[in-house]
Order: sequence, then structure tokens, then C-alpha cells
Amino acid sequence: MADIAHPAGGSVHGTETSRRDFLTLTAAALGGIGAASAIWPFLDSMNPAKDTLALSSTEVDLAPVQKGQRLTVVWRGKPVFIDHRPDEEIKKAQEVDVSSLRDPQPDSERVKKPEWLVVVGVCTHLGCIPLGQKATDDRGQFGGWFCPCHGSMYDTSGRIRQGPAPQNLAVPPYEFTSDTTIKIG
Amino acid sequence: MAAPVKQNKLIRWIDHRLPVFTLMEHELNEYPTPKNLNYWWNFGSLAGIMLVIMIFTGVFLAMAYTPQKDLAFDSVERIMREVNYGWLMRYIHMNGASFFFIVTYIHIFRGLYYGSYKTPRELLWMLGVVILLLMMATAFMGYVLPWGQMSYWGATVITNLFSAVPVVGNAIVTWLWGGFVVDNPTLNRFFALHYLLPFVIVGVVMLHLAALHQHGSNNPLGIDRKGPQDSIPFHPYYTIKDLFGLGVFLLFYAAFVFFWPNLLGDPANYIPANPLQTPPEIVPEWYFLPFYAILRSVPNKLLGVVMMFGSIFILFLLPWLDTSRVRSATFRPIYKWFFFVLIVDCVALGIVGAHRPEGIWVVIGRIATAYYYFHFLLMMPFVGWFERPRPLPTSISSAVLKGGGRLAGAGATMEKP
Ligand code: HEM
Ligand code: FES
Repeated sequence: MADIAHPAGGSVHGTETSRRDFLTLTAAALGGIGAASAIWPFLDSMNPAKDTLALSSTEVDLAPVQKGQRLTVVWRGKPVFIDHRPDEEIKKAQEVDVSSLRDPQPDSERVKKPEWLVVVGVCTHLGCIPLGQKATDDRGQFGGWFCPCHGSMYDTSGRIRQGPAPQNLAVPPYEFTSDTTIKIG
Repeated sequence: MAAPVKQNKLIRWIDHRLPVFTLMEHELNEYPTPKNLNYWWNFGSLAGIMLVIMIFTGVFLAMAYTPQKDLAFDSVERIMREVNYGWLMRYIHMNGASFFFIVTYIHIFRGLYYGSYKTPRELLWMLGVVILLLMMATAFMGYVLPWGQMSYWGATVITNLFSAVPVVGNAIVTWLWGGFVVDNPTLNRFFALHYLLPFVIVGVVMLHLAALHQHGSNNPLGIDRKGPQDSIPFHPYYTIKDLFGLGVFLLFYAAFVFFWPNLLGDPANYIPANPLQTPPEIVPEWYFLPFYAILRSVPNKLLGVVMMFGSIFILFLLPWLDTSRVRSATFRPIYKWFFFVLIVDCVALGIVGAHRPEGIWVVIGRIATAYYYFHFLLMMPFVGWFERPRPLPTSISSAVLKGGGRLAGAGATMEKP
């Protein structure tokens, strides 16, 4: 590099080689960067398209859901579990020692109203849909949901308690638009 | 055999401009092959033939198949019921995937036993591992195409493996799916790639063969050819042996295609995909079971994924993990037994993969996973170091003929120095 800055400094031969080296390297580097950036549009074309992204929201009428009943609705192609929790379920979810959890979260952070639990029904392990929406389903040892794929068990707050899943069932963005309706998304 | 090539005028005219005949002559007639190859050396050519069969049947299936989530399942059923001989093409393709893997796995274990990965065949071996990875990707994406329950949930579980990658995991999964769940964009791209990858495999197979022909085949004794008395030309000696093997192989393959076409498949894949209902048991195709067992044996998600992929990537390092300079296990009294234990271990992993991870299966799965890694990471380097190999024969010829070798294959073109 010094040779290029001071061309007079080196022998004629030496200067020429290093100047050429410099040009070759810069050209190759630039070409490389150019080629690499040209790949981006192709990679990005595989990301969700604009219409897929267009955030659809789902309105749900909760009025017909009795205490103890669970309802499944579809949001962005994923099932969302809505649990009208009876008092014992709420109590069980609140009594857990939060620090003992794998993904520590108190129940109060996961609900807007304690009797309504709304979570995305996709196991955080490898994406299966846990069982437990029907009263006859196997709900696992913690009374919430049980994933048949690799045996993850979630509690009545949708928190991971046992099995390979690393995280609690996700809480989707939602709000109560009236006392008995919610809008997810 | 060499003469006719140059006799025909048209052939001479073409060959002068495009030397394909010279190439064939060189790679088949003149190509010197060890004269002691046994039938385990049949499986390479069988794999090549399976690749051709898969591409051929695949292209015809693609003419009647629709890669759209609402139509895919029905289009496959239409292939089965309405398209002339559609059932035949599909059953050949479906069972072909299984037989392709059987043949390839045997081919790989052949290499492990006879030390075919050792110098100077390291790159040949590594190209083989690349082919295995490409085959797995192709078969996985092909299985998604019929859009049955197992297609859908297999795709969900396997693509979700990438969510274990720290920080960018979820972005990768969304990118793979082209959406927020496995959906139409996923099916579309899987079809495009399922069509493309087999041709990429063809390319890598060419390189694999180029590397093979550089130093020629290894052989059951694992010693180098010392001269013309140790080899015979590939054609006609091994062309005919390979053809006979092909006949026997096709008997088994055809038996499955015509008599038990669905034995190796999962009946749940004849139920259309339902994104809101996971089937009670998700099991991959049999050829993925050992890897699935490793995944499920490790209690940590990221580590499980790493160990599953690692079990194949470790094969890339094999030429350097094995410290013994003797190739063939025939002369390695200790390694030989570990080789057979490894086979048992892989079969055990396969059986574990087919069962729910409960009770005894968890225990067996963990032991078998640990043993798999022990075999490659500890046993390979150490046994090679302290094992005393049995004396090697001085040449292929002396071992085969128990004394003085003659020129085999009188009149055949021999190795030209
Ligand atoms: C490496 C070679 C290949 C392998 C291992 C492979 C594997 C598979 C597998 C496992 C299936 C699912 C079969 C089922 O359960 O129905 C499948 C389906 C399919 N494959 Fe391939 N394939 C290969 C090459 C090709 C090629 C070159 C094409 C050409 C376009 C192709 C086109 C198709 C089509 C259209 C289907 C869907 C129809 C069906 O499910 O039977 N495949 N493939
Ligand atoms: S996907 Fe739920 S436990 Fe693995």
C-alpha cells in the first residue's frame, strides 16, 4: 500500500506489481460485494409476500363460550386457543412459583382478564398443535395442554412445565373491543 | 473391444470433433478395475440407476401433479385412479425413494468397512456425503408434495428445527415457509426445489465419478493395485457383474412396487393435510428414523438439532478421525467388531425413532446416540492408534490366486502406464 501512495519510492518493477495487485484486489472485492448484493432480491423473494404479510385481524365473539369451555379460532393461519378458565384453573395458574419455571412469567402478564386466556396454539418446540381443546383430550399433568409430538406439557396459563419445548405458548396481540368480543392482531 | 470404435466412419467423424467415444472407451474399456471386487461394489452403480429411475418417473409425475395446497392431494389421487399407469409411476417413485436409500446406505457402510474414505479418496468420500445430504433434502421435500397429514406435519416439524438457531431462528423459519405457517408458498417452493435438486445430484455424481476414476476403485483387500496383473477392464467384466446384481435388486424392488406398494409408507398420508390438527403420532419415513431418534434423545432443543445434523457432518471428518493406515477391516481385528456394533447401533436408533419417546425408548435412544458419537470421535482415533493390523498380502494377485499372478483377461486392453 505504501508503494501505491508513493509510487516514486520503490523500484519501477515493484511498484507496478503492487499497483496491479491493488487494482486486482479492489476490483475483485467490488465484484464480490456486487454479486453478493445481487443475491438479496432472490433470497428476499422467499420471505412472506405483501399479501401474506397484510396483517389480517380476527374478531371473536366470546359470549357463547361457557366457563370451562375452550375455543379454537384461526389467526394468520395459526390456531389460537381461547380458554374461558374456571376459578380453579386460574388459582392453579397464579399459585405457581414463577422462579421455578423454564420461561418465567407470572399469570398476570399473560392475560388481560384472568378468566380469559388467549394463546397461540402452536407448540414452541417444533410447531405441533397441542391437545387439550376438547374436554376429552389428554391435557397432560398440569391441566393445560399436552403436545403429542414430543411430550411437552403446558399449564393452565399456557406455560411450559415439562418436555422439550423451550418457551411458553405465545400470547398474540389482542384487545377487548367490548366485554364479550376480542380482536386478535 | 477397442478396435470397432475407430472403424466406423461416422463414429470417427463425430469423435474427431466431439471425443465422446474416446471418453467412453477410456472410462469403460481401458478403465482398469481391481480384479477382486465383490458384490458390495455393486451398490454404487445401483444408486446411479435409482437416480435415473427417480428422475424419469418424477418428470412424468410432474406432468399430472398440481403444486397448489387445495389441489395437490386430489391431483395425486387422480394420478392413482385416472391417469393411465399413474399408479405405476407413483409406486415406482414412492418405493424408489426407499430403495434409493437402502442402496445408498449399503454403499456407505461398504465404504466404512473397506476404508474407502482413506487417502487418496478423501474428496471422493466427501462428495458422497454431499450427495447423501442432497438426497435427504430431496426426499424430504418430495414427501411434502402429496399434501397429506404426514406431509404437512413432517414439514412443520422439520422446518421448525431451524427455529433452534439462536437469534435469527424464527426469521429463518418464516423465510423457509414464505409465511407464518407451512402453507401454499411452502408447497410451491418445495416442488420447485424437488424438481431441481435431483439434477444438482447428477452434477455432484459426475464429480464423484471423476474423483473415483482418478485413483480407481478401492477393493476388498484395501491395498493398491501394483500392476496390470491386479486389474481387469471394467467392461465387460464388471458391466456384466453389475447387470446381474441389478437383476436381483430389481426383483426385490418390483416385489414392493407390485405387491406391497404401501408397506413402507404411512397410512396417515392418505388423509388430506389439516393445519389445525396434528396427528397423534408424527413419524418420518423409515430412512430418516435414526436421525429422528437422535433429535428426540437429546433433551435440549438446540443441542438435539446440532447432534442430529452433526451425525452426518461427522462423516466429512472421517478420513482424519480414522488414524489407521490399513484400509480394509479384513485386516483390522479390533475395528472390525466396532464396525458391526455400529450397524447394530444404527438399526437400534432406527427402531427407537419409530417409537414414542417414553420409558425404555428414551434410555435406549440416549445410549445409542452416545455410542454413535463415541464410535466416530473416540473409537476411530484410538483403535487406529493401538490396534495391530494383520499382515497385508503383497498384492491383490497374490492374495486372489494364492501365488503368482498372470495377466487376467487375455486380449483385453490393459492399463497404460
Ligand atoms: C433424488 C431423486 C428423488 C427422490 C429421492 C424423490 C423422492 C420423492 C418422494 C419420497 C416423494 C413422495 C412420494 C409419495 O409419498 O407420494 C416424491 C414425490 C414426487 N416427486 Fe420425487 N424424488 C426424486 C426425484 C424427482 C424428480 C427428478 C422429479 C421431477 C420433477 C420428481 C417429482 C415428484 C412429484 C411430482 C411428486 C409428487 C407425486 C407423488 O407424491 O407421487 N421427483 N418424490
Ligand atoms: S412439537 Fe410439541 S413437543 Fe415437539
